[in-house]
Amino acid sequence: MSDLRRSMLFVPGFRPGMLQNSSIYGADSIIFDLEDSVAVTEKDAARVLVRNILQELDFSGIEMVVRINPVTDSPFGEEDVAEIAGVRPDAFMLPKADEEGIRVLADMLDEIEQKEGFEQESIKIFALVESTSAVLNLCSIAKASTRLAGIMLGAEDLTAELGIKRTLQGNELLYARSHLAMVCKSAGIDAIDTPFGDVEDREGLEYDASQAKSLGLTGKAAIHPRQVGTINRLFSPSPEEVIYAGKVVAAVREAEKEGKGVLALDGKMVDAPVAARAEKVLKQAKLAGIEV
Amino acid sequence: MRNVLGRELPERIAGYGEVRPFAGAFAHAGEINRKAVKVKGDWSSPNKVLNSLGEALEKCGLKDGMTVSFHHHLRNGDYVLNMVLDEIARQGIKDIKVAASSIFPIHQPLVRHMENGVVTGLYAGYISGPVGEAVSQGVLKNPVVMQTHGGRARAIESGELHIDVAFIAAPTCDEYGNMNGLEGPSACGVLTYPAADAEYADKVIAVTDNLVLYPACPIEITQEQVDYVVEVDSIGDSAGIVSGTTRITSDPAGLKIAESAAQVIKASGLLMDGFSFQTGAGGTSLAVAAYVKEMMKEKNIQGSFAAGGITEYMVEMLEEGFFRTLFDGQCFDLKAVESLRKNKNHQRMSMSMYGNPCNKGAVVNKLDVMILGATEVDLDFNVNVTTNSNGLLMGGSGGHSDTAAGATLAVVVTKLIRKRFPIVVDSVTTVTTPGETVDVLVTERGIAVNPLRQDVLEKVKKAGLPVKTIEELKEIAEKLTGVPEKVEFKDKVVAVIEYRDGTVIDVVRQL
Repeated sequence: MSDLRRSMLFVPGFRPGMLQNSSIYGADSIIFDLEDSVAVTEKDAARVLVRNILQELDFSGIEMVVRINPVTDSPFGEEDVAEIAGVRPDAFMLPKADEEGIRVLADMLDEIEQKEGFEQESIKIFALVESTSAVLNLCSIAKASTRLAGIMLGAEDLTAELGIKRTLQGNELLYARSHLAMVCKSAGIDAIDTPFGDVEDREGLEYDASQAKSLGLTGKAAIHPRQVGTINRLFSPSPEEVIYAGKVVAAVREAEKEGKGVLALDGKMVDAPVAARAEKVLKQAKLAGIEV
Repeated sequence: MRNVLGRELPERIAGYGEVRPFAGAFAHAGEINRKAVKVKGDWSSPNKVLNSLGEALEKCGLKDGMTVSFHHHLRNGDYVLNMVLDEIARQGIKDIKVAASSIFPIHQPLVRHMENGVVTGLYAGYISGPVGEAVSQGVLKNPVVMQTHGGRARAIESGELHIDVAFIAAPTCDEYGNMNGLEGPSACGVLTYPAADAEYADKVIAVTDNLVLYPACPIEITQEQVDYVVEVDSIGDSAGIVSGTTRITSDPAGLKIAESAAQVIKASGLLMDGFSFQTGAGGTSLAVAAYVKEMMKEKNIQGSFAAGGITEYMVEMLEEGFFRTLFDGQCFDLKAVESLRKNKNHQRMSMSMYGNPCNKGAVVNKLDVMILGATEVDLDFNVNVTTNSNGLLMGGSGGHSDTAAGATLAVVVTKLIRKRFPIVVDSVTTVTTPGETVDVLVTERGIAVNPLRQDVLEKVKKAGLPVKTIEELKEIAEKLTGVPEKVEFKDKVVAVIEYRDGTVIDVVRQL
């Protein structure tokens, strides 16, 4: 598992073939879903299937997340955690997240980790925010638990609540995305964009993901393996960015050696924020397997 | 005895004869003598049309022990093979050898003729359905001889496979025997499989449901080779003639394999102007074509030809200028038939021209890249497309071995696990195509390059593709599936697998 979360691929928790093959598409994170994609009558079977697959198969190098059912107003969420925490997924994703839900889940995990002898806070939490109140409370949600590794936007429920349609342009998500990017950046966690629904529309996905990236989101959910490649490419540093960052870092090192405080590259001043950004681009590129 | 691949073979097989063991893919390529055909001129009538199949059998002097041949352009819609064998049975003729270019599920009535001794021998390039099951159960008296498309043409040309009477299903035919496959209710496109049959059989009978005025136009199989014409109500079911497998897969694992295969092709350096390419009609194989097309567009490349069974997708690539020409051995859908009718760059090739190792140059020799399927691949890269993992006869080479031997880069695409079976195994159940002619294996869980192709290995690695050894792929598969138990066979040989040069690469035994 790396720290890179460009793409997070949802896989329905009751489909053995899809669960088994989920590791082959290059997603940075895989989310086995026990919530919306699993019918109420199949919840128990899916839970056992997901537990066994996590236990038996080798997913090394990939972050394994399980989206559970809500823990506060559903009878299933608590049972999901009880069944699966023992096989130590990298994280749980909490749908319809609010502060209370995150605290409840974190307390459950505290207890299980202690009982099982796992390292404390080794199981992370992702919050899926899907309501207007959650978007407005993002600052509190981001601070609800130190287990929180990132927050994902769930735009379908959000736009339904607002009574508006999702569009290809995505103006209706401008505020939620921008706010999410700011809050997550300030909390030092990842901001993951909502999935793009039309798996056949590759251009639409390209546009939608570019919009999210341009607002500062760090990754995007995928609901079909075919979306993973595009998302990974868009959320990786571009070849131009990598080349420029390489030049900046080399120039900074050179300046340090010569004891110069300020330097210019191609006629532009390189100051501390520019240098820091270049270092980050190179680190991300390395994680993404791009030659630096 | 064992052949060069270590497969255990009898020295002599009852009903087949002496076994010439496979000695390497290129050990026997070379000289043959083409058979001389005895032709008896007949000026008695300007019209070759007979009243019935029964009359045709009598005129040809068909008798016990003879060999009759059929083509499979009508695929799973073919009525002609069943019709002719029923008539043979009705006349009380026995011990017939059937030399069909392939056998489909529609040929189920053949099983009955095998059981009652009307048919005692069978030659085919591919067998699917009930006939394969019956053969595996030992129903046929003599072993089936499985040939490659090119190997069948070679065997007929050399006289190794002597055809007494060839029955050619003709979607269009005139009264003097000129045929084409382009028109009529059972239009199937090219008539390439029966080209050698028409030329070398002692007697040739056209069976048609679209008798037209002389001369038919265009003409693919010509009058000087044809003895008689029989008109019947219908030669086939058009719904079965068109293949059902010509859509690009939407299965994400299949698409992942196809994308990786296309990246291997790109890495090989063969993707340049003049590029030549063949792929199967299965969903994953077609998806490789789609990815290759994107790369050709990106690099502004025009290929020289695409070959093989032609589908709508390949027709579109021709029409959009991605290839200068098509070499068509079989039309898989009506779009291909239509293209053949109107586009001069859509060309025919006989099976000898396509894949015969003993002629003056086959099309497969000019292939840059061939995309192949597999039901099993072993650690030596030998491929099985003849039997399934339960040992049942359900396929055959067709052009598999011919194209693998000819192409510069032969790429096998397959899922690593299918129906809970690992596809990479220690040793394949049946060898169809020898590993020395297979260059790369592409699966959803990694790519393995044949160690004989260090040049390809270097290029694929340099391109950053996920290369594994074939042993590693086997280990990954077995981690998920466990190691399946070996299939238990009886002693009786039910099929002899001939390599394209006529040597025996393997045998299939009774289940």
